[in-house]
Amino acid sequence: MNAAPVIRLDGIVTRFGANLVHDGLDLEVAPGELVALVGGSGSGKTTVLRHVIGLTRPAAGEVCLFGEDLHAGSPRERQARQRRFGVLFQHGALFSALNVAQNIGFPLRELRIATRAETRDLIALKMAMVGLEPETAVLMPAELSGGMVKRVALARALALEPELLLLDEPTAGLDPERSASFVELIRTLHERLALTVLMVTHDVDTIAALATKVAVLADRRIVSYASLEDTMAVEHPFIERFFGGEHGRRALARSKRTET
Amino acid sequence: MNGDTLQRPTVALDADGAGVLRLGGDWTLRAIAKDAERLRKTLRAGGPDVHWVLDDVTRLDSFGATLLWQAWGRRWPDRLSLDASMRATIERVAVSAAKPLPDPRPFTLVDAIIVLGRAVLGFRNHLVDFVRLLGQLCLDLLHVLAVPRDWPLREISANLFKVGVKAMPVAALVGFLIGVVLSYLSALQLRNFGADIFIVDILGLGIIRELGPVLVSVLVAGRSGSAMTAQLGVMRVTEEIDALSAMGVSRSLRLVFPKVLALTLAMPLLVMWTSSMALLGGMISAWVQLDLSFGFFLETLPRVVPIANVYIGLVKGAIFGLLIALIACHFGLRVQPNTESLSSNTTSSVVTAITVVILVDAVIAIVTRSIGVP
Ligand SMILES: Nc1ncnc2c1ncn2[C@@H]1O[C@H](COP(=O)(O)OP(=O)(O)OP(=O)(O)O)[C@@H](O)[C@H]1O
Ligand SMILES: [Mg+2]
Repeated sequence: MNAAPVIRLDGIVTRFGANLVHDGLDLEVAPGELVALVGGSGSGKTTVLRHVIGLTRPAAGEVCLFGEDLHAGSPRERQARQRRFGVLFQHGALFSALNVAQNIGFPLRELRIATRAETRDLIALKMAMVGLEPETAVLMPAELSGGMVKRVALARALALEPELLLLDEPTAGLDPERSASFVELIRTLHERLALTVLMVTHDVDTIAALATKVAVLADRRIVSYASLEDTMAVEHPFIERFFGGEHGRRALARSKRTET
Repeated sequence: MNGDTLQRPTVALDADGAGVLRLGGDWTLRAIAKDAERLRKTLRAGGPDVHWVLDDVTRLDSFGATLLWQAWGRRWPDRLSLDASMRATIERVAVSAAKPLPDPRPFTLVDAIIVLGRAVLGFRNHLVDFVRLLGQLCLDLLHVLAVPRDWPLREISANLFKVGVKAMPVAALVGFLIGVVLSYLSALQLRNFGADIFIVDILGLGIIRELGPVLVSVLVAGRSGSAMTAQLGVMRVTEEIDALSAMGVSRSLRLVFPKVLALTLAMPLLVMWTSSMALLGGMISAWVQLDLSFGFFLETLPRVVPIANVYIGLVKGAIFGLLIALIACHFGLRVQPNTESLSSNTTSSVVTAITVVILVDAVIAIVTRSIGVP
C-alpha cells in the first residue's frame, strides 16, 4: 500500500487584499480517508478547496496532490493530474446547454479514448451508481430538482474514475431525507471505489455519518485534525460551539446508535 | 511519471495453443489511456471462445470493466476466471448497460412543422411582449411624472455615463476615419469634373443627415444594446430580477426605464459628436487632397446644408436610441436560465436592433424627402 498523502497542504498563506484568510495552514489527507473540513462561515473552507483544485494559488506555501506539486510539470502533466480528481461544486455547475447524459459523458468525450458504445455504457453505469433513473438522461439541467442536480454533478465528477473526490457542501440545500440518501450514496461510493474524499460541510449529521477524520479550520489554520471523537475532546471555542450544541450532540448520539 | 506505481495493462495469448488469454496489470482508465486502441484491438481478437483468465489483474475500474464488456460482445464469455470483486464490478456494468438510456428523439417532419409554427407564433409572442413592455414604460413615465420622488435618477445617470460618455472615444475614432475615407473617395471623383467645392455639400448632407445617425446606431447596438441584453439576461439567470419583484420594486421602472431613457437622451448627443468628428476627418482630408481651407469649409457648410438636416439627424438619433434600448431590454427579459438562451437572445438583440434601425431609417428618409434639401 502506498502511504504517500493524497493531499498535502504545507504552510498555506492566502490573502485577499488586506484580508488574511489562511496563515500557515497545514493538512495531510491519507489515501482512503473521508475528511470533513469544517469551520465558521467565511473562514476560508471553499478557498482551501479551490487551492486544491488549482483554481487559485496561495500567496505562500505548497499544495501537493498525489505526492507532486500541483503546479509543477508541463501543461500535459498538470492536465493528467487534474483528471485524477473529481469535483462536486456547491451548486452542481452542470453545463446548462447539455442534457444529463451529455453532462456526464462530457469528460469522457474530452478524453477521446472511449468509443461511442463504451461512453454510452459508462454513462448508464454512472447514472445507476448515483441512483438516477435512465429516463432522466434526456432532461436538461434546468428541468432537474436540487437533489437530482447534485446526483448528476456527482456522476460527472466520477466519470474519469477519480482517486480523489472533492465535495463542497454536498448536502446543503437538500431536505433531510434526500440529504440522508445522498450521504448514504457517498458512503457506498467511498467504500466501493476506494476513494479519498475531502468535503466541506456545515452539517453535523453528515459529518457524524461519514467522516473518518475532521479537520477544523479556525484562527486561519487547522486547529484540530482527528477522528470525530477526538475532535470533540479538543478545547477550542469554535469546536465547542459547533459540536457542543443540542443539535450536534443529538446527531452524534444518533450516529453511535447506528454503529453499534 | 506519477508518484504511485501504475502497472501496465497486459494481454497475452498463451503460446501452447490452448486458447487461454491472460490479462494482467492495472485495467484502470489512467493505465489504459496510454494505448487504449491497441488493447481494445487485442481484446477483440480474443473472441468469445478463448478462456479468459483475469487472475493477474491488479486493479479494475468501471472503465476497464466496460472495455471488457464491449469486447465480449455484451455477454459473459463461456470460460472465464476472475475474482469475486472484479466479477461484481463487471456485473454492475452489465446490469446498467442492459437498460439502455433513452435517445433524444430524432428530428422528424412533424418537428419541422412544429418549429415553423413556433416561429410564426413566436413572432406574435414577440410583438405582444414588446407592446406590453412599451405600455409598461408609458405607465412608468406617467407614474414618475405624478410622483417625482420616484425618478430613478441614480440609475439614469449611471446609464448615461455608461452608454454615452464611455462610447465617445470609439465613436470619435470610427466617425473620424469614415469621414476621411468618404472625403477621399468623393474628392477623387469631384476633381475629375472640376467640382471640388461640392465636397462640402456631399459631406455635410451625407454625414449629418444619414451617415452619422446610422453609424452611431450600429455602433451603439453592438456596444450598449448587447450589454443591456446580457445584463438583464444574467440578472434573470441569477434570479436578481425575481428578488427585485419580491421586494416590490418594479423591474421595469428600476431596470428598463433608466436604460431606455438614458439611451434616448445620449444618442442625439453621440450623433452630434460623431458627425462632428466625421466632418473634421472629411475637412482634413479635403484640405490635404483638394487644398480647401478649413475656413472656407466651415463658411460654406451652413450655406449648403440647411439647419433642418441637423434636426433630422438629432431626432433620428433619439428614435434609434429608443428603439435599440427597447429591443435590448425586450430580449434581455426573455432570457431563460441557461447559457444557450443568453447567447441566442444577445445575438437576436443586436441583429434585430440594427435591422430595425435601418428599416426605420428608410421610412424616415421617405417621409422627410422634401425637408431640408437645398
Ligand atoms: N475572490 C475573492 N476576492 C476577495 N475575497 C474573497 C474572495 N474569495 C473569498 N474571499 C474572502 O475569503 C474569505 C473566505 O471565503 P470562503 O468562501 O473560502 O469562506 P467559506 O469558509 O467557504 O465560507 P462559507 O461557509 O460561508 O461558504 C471570506 O472572508 C471572503 O470574503
Ligand atoms: Mg463556502
